[in-house]
Amino acid sequence: MSFPSRPTGAQALIRSLELAGTEVVFGIPGGAILPAYDPLLDSPIRHVLMRHEQGAGHAAEGYAHATGRAGVCFATSGPGGCNLVTALADALMDSIPVVAVTGQVPTGVIGNDAFQEADITGVTMSVTKHNWLVTRTEDIPAAVAEAFHVATTGRPGPVLVDVPKDVLIGTAPFEWPDGVDLPGYRPTTKGNLKQVREAVKLILASERPVVYAGGGVIRANAAAELRRLAETGRLPVVTTLMARGAFPDDHELSLGMPGMHGNYTAVTAMQRADLLVAIGARFDDRVTGNLATFAPHAKVIHVDIDPAEIGKNRAADVPIVGDAADVTASLARELERAQGAAGGSPDRKAWLSTLDDWRRRFPYRYTQDDGPIKPQFVVERIHAATDGDATIVSGVGQHQMWASQFYRFSRPRQWINSGGLGTMGFAVPAALGAKMGRPDQRVVAIDGDGCFQMTSQELATSTTENIPIVVAIVNNGHLGMVRQWQELFYNERYSGVALTQDVPDYVRLAEAYGAIGLRAESPHEVDAVLDKALSVTDRSVVIDFRCDPREMVFPMVPAGGSNDDIILGPECTEPALDPAEAPIA
Amino acid sequence: MSLHTISVLVEDRPGVLARVANLFARRGFNIHSLAVGTTERPGRSRMTIVVDVQRKPLEQVEKQLHKLVNVLKVLELEPAAAVERELALVKVMAPAGERAAVTEIADIFRARVVDVSESTLTVEATGSPDKLEAMLALLDPYGVVELARTGRIALGRGAAGISGRRLRRVNGAATKATA
Repeated sequence: MSFPSRPTGAQALIRSLELAGTEVVFGIPGGAILPAYDPLLDSPIRHVLMRHEQGAGHAAEGYAHATGRAGVCFATSGPGGCNLVTALADALMDSIPVVAVTGQVPTGVIGNDAFQEADITGVTMSVTKHNWLVTRTEDIPAAVAEAFHVATTGRPGPVLVDVPKDVLIGTAPFEWPDGVDLPGYRPTTKGNLKQVREAVKLILASERPVVYAGGGVIRANAAAELRRLAETGRLPVVTTLMARGAFPDDHELSLGMPGMHGNYTAVTAMQRADLLVAIGARFDDRVTGNLATFAPHAKVIHVDIDPAEIGKNRAADVPIVGDAADVTASLARELERAQGAAGGSPDRKAWLSTLDDWRRRFPYRYTQDDGPIKPQFVVERIHAATDGDATIVSGVGQHQMWASQFYRFSRPRQWINSGGLGTMGFAVPAALGAKMGRPDQRVVAIDGDGCFQMTSQELATSTTENIPIVVAIVNNGHLGMVRQWQELFYNERYSGVALTQDVPDYVRLAEAYGAIGLRAESPHEVDAVLDKALSVTDRSVVIDFRCDPREMVFPMVPAGGSNDDIILGPECTEPALDPAEAPIA
Repeated sequence: MSLHTISVLVEDRPGVLARVANLFARRGFNIHSLAVGTTERPGRSRMTIVVDVQRKPLEQVEKQLHKLVNVLKVLELEPAAAVERELALVKVMAPAGERAAVTEIADIFRARVVDVSESTLTVEATGSPDKLEAMLALLDPYGVVELARTGRIALGRGAAGISGRRLRRVNGAATKATA
C-alpha cells in the first residue's frame, strides 16, 4: 500500500515508528488508541498483544535491556496509560530507553472527565524523562522523532507520547524531520581530557584502587573499554546489581557484586579502597549503606553522563561528565600512555593478593543437604544447565539476589532485572520482551512465587504470541525478603508474608496457559527437571522449585547500616576483618 | 528562612511550568514566589523562582532543572549581584479623614494611587522586596483590604545575560545594563 500524501495521524504515527527503527510494539488497544491499530495491520512492525499494560511496559523494558534499542509500548487512554506508570517509573530508575504511546480522549473533551480520560502527561511527568501531548496531526512525526532521541541519548530513559483520538483521525502532510532540535537538551558525551588526565594521576598514585562499575557501563556499551581499563591498570572491578555482566565474573580482576547483599570481598574492597573509579554508577544506598561510613579512605573519580549524579551522594575528587564508553576509553588510553612513560603499571601485588585471600575465605556460602531445595542450588544448577550462557531475568527480592550472586555472568545484557525501583512482577513480561529482542538466546526468568503472581497472566501472551521462555519459580511460599527482615529485625514476628507453596498450583496454572508445568520437590530432582525444561523450545515452561522457606540471603548489610558491619551469615565460619586494622594485611 | 532566587530560562511550551514546579513539590520545598514572563526572544520565557531551601538540596534541584528538556538555562542570582523588583497592589482602608495620611505613605515609597473609592485607596508600588515590606508595615494599621503581589523578578547586574553572552542588540540600539 503506497503511503498517502496526507496520511491520517494514525498512519503518520506508525510510519514514524517504522522510521525510528521500531520492529515490535507491546500493547493493548482500547477506544482512544483504536485508530493507530488499523495501520498497524499494514506495517512490518509486529504487535505483541499483552494481557495487562504493566506487562506491556515491562516487556518494552526487557526488549530494551536485551538489545540496547528503545522498547516501544502502546496503551489506550485512562486506565491503559495509568497501568503503564509502574513500568515507566522502573525504566526511569534503571535508565532504560522506552517509548510509550498512549491514546487520549479527543482534544475537544480533554479536561471534561470524558470516558477513560486521565491526564497521562501530568500523571507520568515525574516518572518519564520527558513526555509530549500532541495536539496537532502534523506534529506527530516530530514528536516521535524527539521521543526516540530523548529516550535513547544521554542518560537513557522512558518517554511518553500522548495522542488524542481526533489527532490520530485527522490528516496532514507527512514530514519526517532530518534531525531533532531541542535547544534545552544537549547531553555531554565527550569527557574533558584535562579531567581524564587528573583521574589517571589518581589511578597511578593509588595503592588500593577499585573500579565501581554501574549500569551505565551496560547502557553505554562500554564493557570492552572497561575491560581494557581494568587490565591496563591492574584494577579490580566490582559490578553493581545493574552492571552484572559488564565485567566477566570469571576474570581474575572481578570482585563481583557489592552492596547490601554483595559478597564480602566486593563490599570490603570498597570500604578499604584508597580510590574508587565510579563509572556509570550512582552511589545508590543499596551499594553504599550508611554514606557517612562508606569507603572512608577513598578518593573518588566519578564518570557519569548525568551531571546531576555527580556529587549527589558522594563528593567527587575528579568528576568527569560524559559517555561511559568514551570516557573509559580515554582513561584507558591515557593510563596506557602514562604507564608506558613510567615503565608499567604500579605494583598492585599486595592489594590483589589481599583481595584473593578474602575471596578464598569469604565466598558466598550455602549448604545443600538431603533436605529441602536451597534456592542457591537452583541458581547454580540453572547456570550449569544453560552453560552460563542464558539471558537471566529476575523479579525483586531474595530470588533476585541469589540469581545475581550465583549465576556467573560473562557478558553485558545477560542479566535483566528491576534494580532501582524494585518492581515485583517484572520478570515474566520482561523475559518476553528480552526474548522478542534476542530470539537467538535462551531466556530464563528466575522468579519468586510472590513476584510471579503479580504478572503471571503474561504466560497467555507467551503462548498465543509464541514467545517461549523458561520461568524458574523459587517457590518458598513467602514474600521471602520481607520474611527475612521480619526474622532478623522484627523478632520473628511474621506479618502478612505467608503465601503458601500450594496455591496456586503452578504446574496446573502453567498448563492452563498452554505452557508446560514442571515441579521439583527435592534437590535430586533439580537437574532432571531443568534438562527437561531446556529441551523444550516451542513453548514456555514453568518450573515450580519447592524451596526452603527459611533460607536467607547473606551476606547482608542492614538497611542504613555501615558496610563495615556486614553480616556474613550462619554458614560463614571465618570472623569478619576488623575495619580498624591496616587495609592491606 | 533561607531564600534563594533562581532564574530559569525555558522554552515557552505548555506544561513547562508544571515540570519546573514539580521538581520543587516532590521534595516538599515551598515556592515562596514565582513569576513567569516573556523575554527578549520569542518562544522563550523566564521564570524567577524564590524558594526557601538550604544550599545542598538546592544544588540538586538546580541540576534536576537543567535536565528538563524544555529548560535552557538555570542561574541562581545572588542578591548583591542582581537587581530584584516586585510589584504590589494594595487596597487599603482610607476614609476621608485618613486619605491624606495614606497618600503620604505612598508618596514616601514612590508608590502611586491607582484607584479610589469612598472608603479605600488602591496603591501601586514597585521595589525591592524589603521596600514593599516596609510600606506594607506602615499601611497595615489603616487596614489592608486586599493585597496582590507579582512575586520577584530579577536580572543579574552587569552586561552579561543569562546565556553568558553580551546582551543582544534590540531595535538596532545596544541595550545598556544599568543598576
